Amino acid sequence: MRWRTAAAIVLPVAFLGYFFVYPLVTILLTGLDPENAGTAFSAVFTDPVLRSVAWFTLWQAIASTVLTFAVGLPGAYVFARYAFPGKALFRALTLVPFVLPTLAVATAMLSLWGASSPLGVDLRGTVWIILIAHVFYNLAIVIRGVGSFWEQIDPRMEQAAQVLGASRIRTFIEITLPLLRPAILSSAALVFLFTFTSFGVVLVLGDLTRTTIEVEIWRQTTAFARLDIAAALAIVQLVGVALILFAYTKFTARRLELPYRPPGETLKRPRTAGERWFVVGTLTMLGVIVITPIAVLIRRSLTTADGLGLDHYADLFSSGALRGLSVPEAIGNTLWFAVVAVVIAAVVGGLAAASIAYERGWVGRVFDTTLMLPLGASAVMIGFGFLVALDEPFDLRTALLLIPIAHSLVAIPFVVRSIVPAMRSVQHRLREAAATLGASPTRAWREVDLPIIGRAIAVGAAFAFAVSVGEFGATAFIVRPESTTMPVAIFRLLGRPGTFGEAMALSVLLMGLTAVAAFAIERVRGAASGDF
Amino acid sequence: MNRLIVLIVAAALLLAACSDPGPSEVTLMTHDSFLVSEEVLAEFTEDTGITVTVVRAGDGGSMVNRAVLTKDNPIADVIYGIDNTFLSRALGEDLFIPYRPDLIDRVPPGLQSGGDLVTPIDFGDVCLNTDIAGLAALDIQAPATLRDLVKPEYSGLLVVQDPSTSTPGLAFLLATIETFGEDGDYTWRDFWADLVANDVRITSGWEEAYNLEFSGGSGAGTRPLVVSYASSPPAEVFFGELDEAPTGVVTEGCFRQIEYAGILAGTENEAGARQLMDYLLSVRFQEDIPLNMFVFPANQDAALPEVFVKHTTLPDEPVTMTPDRIDENRERWIEEWAAIVR
Repeated sequence: MRWRTAAAIVLPVAFLGYFFVYPLVTILLTGLDPENAGTAFSAVFTDPVLRSVAWFTLWQAIASTVLTFAVGLPGAYVFARYAFPGKALFRALTLVPFVLPTLAVATAMLSLWGASSPLGVDLRGTVWIILIAHVFYNLAIVIRGVGSFWEQIDPRMEQAAQVLGASRIRTFIEITLPLLRPAILSSAALVFLFTFTSFGVVLVLGDLTRTTIEVEIWRQTTAFARLDIAAALAIVQLVGVALILFAYTKFTARRLELPYRPPGETLKRPRTAGERWFVVGTLTMLGVIVITPIAVLIRRSLTTADGLGLDHYADLFSSGALRGLSVPEAIGNTLWFAVVAVVIAAVVGGLAAASIAYERGWVGRVFDTTLMLPLGASAVMIGFGFLVALDEPFDLRTALLLIPIAHSLVAIPFVVRSIVPAMRSVQHRLREAAATLGASPTRAWREVDLPIIGRAIAVGAAFAFAVSVGEFGATAFIVRPESTTMPVAIFRLLGRPGTFGEAMALSVLLMGLTAVAAFAIERVRGAASGDF
Repeated sequence: MNRLIVLIVAAALLLAACSDPGPSEVTLMTHDSFLVSEEVLAEFTEDTGITVTVVRAGDGGSMVNRAVLTKDNPIADVIYGIDNTFLSRALGEDLFIPYRPDLIDRVPPGLQSGGDLVTPIDFGDVCLNTDIAGLAALDIQAPATLRDLVKPEYSGLLVVQDPSTSTPGLAFLLATIETFGEDGDYTWRDFWADLVANDVRITSGWEEAYNLEFSGGSGAGTRPLVVSYASSPPAEVFFGELDEAPTGVVTEGCFRQIEYAGILAGTENEAGARQLMDYLLSVRFQEDIPLNMFVFPANQDAALPEVFVKHTTLPDEPVTMTPDRIDENRERWIEEWAAIVR
C-alpha cells in the first residue's frame, strides 16, 4: 500500500508546489529582502493600527466560527436525521449564499440591517453586520460538511444510550459529539480560515477600525505600494493560520471507525410534537437567515421605475442595453471554468485525500495541514505571486487556464476536508469481510470504500463548483485575459451608474444556477450511494 | 487515470505555451473598468493586421503594481488607464519607452504631463452628485461649494469613499486638500473634522456609496449627496432610458482624473505597440470611449454622444494636482485623513 500512497501524493504535491508554494514564496522574497525585512516586521509589530487589525482579524474569525456552528449544527442535525417535504430544494438553497458576490451580499445585509431596516435595527458600523454576513456565507459548510457525515452515523448508538437512561443532552455530549468530532473539526477549520482571511465582506461592511489582515495587505499594496509591509503582514497571517492548523492536526490525529449506516435507513419523519417543533423551528431559523437575504435580492431585481417587472432581466439579454457586456457569454465562461476547476479539484484533491487518509505517519499529517494553507494564505499576495513566478518555462501569467487553476486551489481544501473524514472512518472490518468473501483489494475498495466516500466526493464537488462560480480568493486578484464571468459582469454592472437593477438580476441568475447545480449534484450523490 | 492527468496537464501547458503573442499581436494591459466596442478593435485589426489581446489587471493602483512587478518580463506591450494619482509611481519605476503619437497635438495641453513617456487618452471629473428629487423633498438647495457641506442643513446627507481603497475617494481627498490647503485658518484637516461632526458616511468603494447609500438615480440608499463623476447623470439617463437626469452635479471642487497610456519597456513588438497607441488617440477609438467607460475623450476632435452633450455639466475649473506632489504626499495624507475620521 505504501507505494500507492507515494504515487498518489506526487500530483497533489507538484500541483500545490507549483501553483501555490512557489508563487507565494517568490512574492514574499520579492517584497522582503534582508535589508528591509527588519523594518517591515517592526512596523507591523509596533504600529498600533496594524496590531489592532491583527487582533480584530483573530477574534472576529473565532466569533464567526462559533456563531456559524451555533446556527449550523441544529440545521445539520435536522438535515441528517429527518425526512421532510422540500428537503432537497432546501439543501440546495443553503449553498446559494456561498457564490454570491460580496457586493450582492452587502446589498442584502444593508437592506435588512441598514438605515431602512424592516426590523428597525441599524447594525452598520458594528461588528454584528460582519458576523451575520459571515454566518450567511459559511452556514453551508457546517450544514453540508457535518450533516453528510452525521446522516451516516448509526442512530442506534444514541438510542441505546437513551434506553440506558441517558438524557438527550447527555447522549449528545457523550455519544454524538465524539462521533462527529472529525467532521466538526474539519468544518470549523474551513469556516475559521475563510473568515480569518475574509476580504470582500470586511472591506464593504467593515470600516477603518474593523478590518482584516487581508484587507490591510491589499491597502498596503494598492494605496501605498508597500510590498514590504504587505509581505510582512502576509507572513504574520500565514503563521497565525499555521498555528491554528497545527492545533487542528493534533486534534484530528485520533481516528474513529464509525459503524456506518446507509443514509436512507437513518432518516425518519418527525413524529412527536416535540420533534415537529424542533424541525419546524430549526428550518424557520435557517429560512430567516438564508432565505430573507436572497428574497431581498430577488425583490431588488424585480423593482423597476414603475412597480415590479422583469425589465432588468430583459436588459440582461437584449443586445446593446448593457454596452459590450454579453451575459450569455458570461454564463458560458462561468460554467466552463467551473467544470475545469471541479475536475482539477476532484482529481488533485481526491489523490491528496487518499494519501492523507491511508497514511498514518507524520508525513500525512503535515501534508494534510499544508493542503489547507491555500485557504488561509493571502489571496492578494498569491495573485501577485503568479505574476512573478509563473513566467518560465511556460508563460502562464495571462493564460486563461490560470483562472480555473486558481479556482481549484481554493476548492481543493473543500474536497479534501469532505473526503478525508469519510475515508478514515471506513471500518477496516468491512474491507476484511469483502476480502474474505473473495474480493480483490481493488474490488473491495470499489464496493466498500467508494460508496461511502462517494457522497463525500459529491459534497466536495458541490463546494468546488460553488467556489469556482463564486470566484473566491486569489481569482479576484489574477490578471485575466478577456473572459467575463458572471461575478465579473455583476461587479461591472455595479460599477456603473444606472445598472444596479441589472446587477441584482444577474446575481439572482447566479444564485439560480448554483441552486440547480447543487440540486443536480445531490441527485447524482443519491444515485451513487444507492447500492450501498 | 494517472496517464489521463498527465495528458491533461501536458495539453494544458502546450496550449498555454502556444498563446505567446507573436509579432502580429499586441497585448493591452488595462484596468477592470476598461470597455471598448468589439467592432472598434476589429477595425484596428482589419487596418493593421494586428490582433489586440486585452488583459485586465485590477483597479488602477493594482494595475501599476502588476506592471512594476513584471517590468523585466512584461505581460503586455501597451498599458492604458494609469491615472494622475498613480502616474508618478509608474514613471519612477521606468516602466515606459518614449513615444509621441502624431495626434497628441489634438490633446489640450492641460491634460499632458509625463513628457513623451505617456499619452493622455481620457479624463473624467470626480464631483459631488446630488439626488435632485431627494433634496427637493427635504426642501434643501444643492450645496454650491465644498465648504457648504459642513453646514448643519447637510448633516447626515453625504456619503464619500475611503481614499485608501477607492480612486474617486482619493480624488475627493485631493480636491479638499487643494481647496482648503495644508496651512492657514481652515485647513483640509479642519474641513474633514467638520465633515465627521456633520455625520459624513464613508464607504470603502464607489460601488457601495453610489448603489447602497446614495438615494438618487439607481441608488437604493438614503443619502442625497455622494462623491461620484460628472458623467454619472448621463449614464443614469443612458442606462435607465430616461428623458431627464435624476441626479445633478456640483461643479465646484471637482477633481480631474486623467488616464494615460504608454508603451511598456521590454515589449517585443514596439512597432505594433506604436500603432495601437496611435489608434487609442484616433477619433474612431476616442468617440467610442464615453458610452463605454463614461469618461471624456482626450482628443478634442472626438464628438461627444448626444446623451453626454445634453446631460453633462462639466466644471469650468476642475482642481488638479501634479502627479509628483500626489506621489510624494499620498501616504502621509491618507494616514492623516484616517486619524481624523477614525
